Amino acid sequence: MNAPSRNDLAPADDRAHRRTQVVAELRAVLPPHALLWHTEDTVPYECDGLTAYRQQPLVVALPETEAQVAAVLKVCHRLEVPVVARGAGTGLSGGALPHHLGVTLSLAKFNRILGIDPLARTARVQCGVRNLAISEAAAAHRLYYAPDPSSQIACTIGGNVAENSGGVHCLKYGLTLHNVMRVRGFLADGKPVEFGSEALDCAGLDLMTVLVGSEGMLAVITEVTVRLIPSPQVARCIMASFDDIRHAGDAVAQVIAAGIIPAGLEMMDKPMTAAVESFVHAGYDLDAAAILLCESDGAPEEVDEEIARMVEVLRASGASGIQVSENEAQRLKFWSGRKNAFPASGRISPDYMCMDSTIPRKRLADILIAIAQMEKKYGLRCVNVFHAGDGNLHPLILFDANDADQLHRCEQFGAEILETSVALGGTITGEHGVGIEKLASMCVQFSPEEREQMMGVKRAFDPKELLNPGKVIPTLHRCAEGGKMHVRGGLLPFADLPRF
Amino acid sequence: MSHDDPALSRLIDQVKNAAAASRTLDIHGGNTKAFYGEPARGDVLDTTPLAGISSYEPTELVVTARCGTRLAELESTLAERGQCLAFEPPRFGAGGTVGGMVAAGLSGPSRAAVGSVRDFVLGASLLNGRGEVLSFGGQVMKNVAGYDVSRLLAGSMGTLGVILEVSLKVLPVAPASATLRFQLDEASAIRRMNEWGGQPWPINASAWWNGMLVIRLRGAFAAVNAAIGRLGGELIEAEVGTQFWQGLRDHSDEFFEHAVDAVKGGATLWRLSLPSTTPPLALHGETLIEWGGAQRWVVTPQSAASLRELVQQAGGHATVFRARDKSAGVFAPLAPALMRIHAELKASFDPAGVFNPGRLYPGL
Repeated sequence: MNAPSRNDLAPADDRAHRRTQVVAELRAVLPPHALLWHTEDTVPYECDGLTAYRQQPLVVALPETEAQVAAVLKVCHRLEVPVVARGAGTGLSGGALPHHLGVTLSLAKFNRILGIDPLARTARVQCGVRNLAISEAAAAHRLYYAPDPSSQIACTIGGNVAENSGGVHCLKYGLTLHNVMRVRGFLADGKPVEFGSEALDCAGLDLMTVLVGSEGMLAVITEVTVRLIPSPQVARCIMASFDDIRHAGDAVAQVIAAGIIPAGLEMMDKPMTAAVESFVHAGYDLDAAAILLCESDGAPEEVDEEIARMVEVLRASGASGIQVSENEAQRLKFWSGRKNAFPASGRISPDYMCMDSTIPRKRLADILIAIAQMEKKYGLRCVNVFHAGDGNLHPLILFDANDADQLHRCEQFGAEILETSVALGGTITGEHGVGIEKLASMCVQFSPEEREQMMGVKRAFDPKELLNPGKVIPTLHRCAEGGKMHVRGGLLPFADLPRF
Repeated sequence: MSHDDPALSRLIDQVKNAAAASRTLDIHGGNTKAFYGEPARGDVLDTTPLAGISSYEPTELVVTARCGTRLAELESTLAERGQCLAFEPPRFGAGGTVGGMVAAGLSGPSRAAVGSVRDFVLGASLLNGRGEVLSFGGQVMKNVAGYDVSRLLAGSMGTLGVILEVSLKVLPVAPASATLRFQLDEASAIRRMNEWGGQPWPINASAWWNGMLVIRLRGAFAAVNAAIGRLGGELIEAEVGTQFWQGLRDHSDEFFEHAVDAVKGGATLWRLSLPSTTPPLALHGETLIEWGGAQRWVVTPQSAASLRELVQQAGGHATVFRARDKSAGVFAPLAPALMRIHAELKASFDPAGVFNPGRLYPGL
């Protein structure tokens, strides 16, 4: 991909020498406790949520001030040391995977909420503030920060900016890009930079559009100003059962066709429902071919109206059973299974591989039927959850990695799911994992000219290509599940986080 | 889009020839926004032959249209299915195109409530300065691998290439709408719009001018009716309300007509983009305030330097929207680090400097 450089694989001696050099320089700009380089200290940083990929960094820097961040970047720029920024390390696409000759720049200490302006409805926070912490702080003003990625109790807003995170509510409330007003930070050369504004736009090209979702490759962000919106007065959830997958798929399209934009629209198939019911005992209909969770939020009158319309559409689409949450506790109970899809799957299988693809909503039934056929073909089970609101499908292929043939069949199964997604008019949003080259994936999705144009964008910000170079995971993910994630023995990284 | 398409092939040839001959191109759709931005120069590159809606999936909330498609045609196609471009792009003339809409990046009265044109771009294909046809993004919100170049094109004023085709998110037309009017001074109106913004009212647009605040409610019947009951103010007759908002959207409103006359007399119509809670600025001239306080129009003979200073201190930027004399620079100057990134991006997309040179900033 790139011409060979001093940052390509180096023999151990060279690496040790390099480490000595980098440590000496960084010690001059950081307090002693803010620099780690002994293996036992840097092990916790060797991977993020994608634990199949591990790499020791050369050094871990944990600056406490923006001046220190700038100083670290200046040193690295001068020495041509790669820099990998890291928030909470919950990412599932390997965005914070260290570079073997690089500095892992932890922003974990940047965890202060700098100010909330309830009249302007903005929150100015340091990059290491947890996503949910923003909403918790804004709650007193009956405001909240809408994008709710699955790991929101732990992930940082800086990480959200890097990944352009979405969440269950992104169909109605947008992605991170739509909810961030301004970011401040530093370019690779350590110079300060600001993108966006507290106004609704700024002069010149809209650089936020490339910055958000750039996975730490364009700049290191230290401060984020986000938009807050009024907390919904009421949220109610419909749980609808369907005895036919096709009816469930059609129902999803009909909800949208009826002019309804639900706050949340999620689906589980029958095997997934069985898995989660035995885990959470929420009273899911085990006979249903598919379960749809459809949420409405807003003022009480409008929620009543919208729920009524949704129920009508779902019924007309052939729902065999419909329940509407009567209170908050029941609403959360309806969601509990969906949130626990991953741990529930981990209980019923030694391993699973989680896929991530996007298909047009109206083709949902087609792909689920195709997946059912693939289950027979490959002799493996596959349970499915679906962000019906935006066509994002997560098949979880269950297997036992101790059996080499199963692992192999699992990969083939996964590849066929992705091919089928494309054939049905969808796209491959994430593709990483055992045996799949990142370059192959980027080559499949983009032409050489497109990749070169994107490199041009990269070089405009980071001419020396020092920020997060040579990443194993090339594609950018919206959903926290990422592309293909192999989970062994139910031991999910960050096991206590709710999962979608 | 197939390279066999003759209209596309002609555009590719025109771009390659221009680059080879060191000529510049002035990208034209309907040319309805020729007044906006720095002056154009170069041979006309006409996008109108590359027209047509390539696909429209109402249940997927996406429409894909070629750049030369008339905005009017797109909007009427969406309206037939009860959908719309929620950000209300302005129509300065009948011939406005989809490509021009994205390139200019202007949004209408609903912007503060629903988002800008940028927020509704899902994907785009672009003809760059090397004559390459590139596609970025896709047709769904959660699809992008690589950098979000498709959204970068919104507001780029044609400086990065020829937008060939765009996929846009569409939304259902809201079931209910109502317009309310309140007598308030400027400071009170700004405060009120921001207070309401923090409450769950279905406020979709707002405008203050000359002691009067007008707001538009949009959403479910129940929500709109409840808001009418609780917000007070004077309920405006539906047709009058519709005309009013259309006038603001398309700049046919009295305020903008006065502005055009004043511009003929040598004044400048400024577009100010500010944090919404910014108190009234000490400006000499009539002000129209939209977007809950975040977009303000002012016609003033005040010096560009002093106005820009004032606006920058408030955390915003000022654009010369209409003027005979644009010597102050249409768009607010950028910080050096940002300007450098702009120059590098321009060089990467358009190495020969073919596209709309100087339309955004000198040298770009």
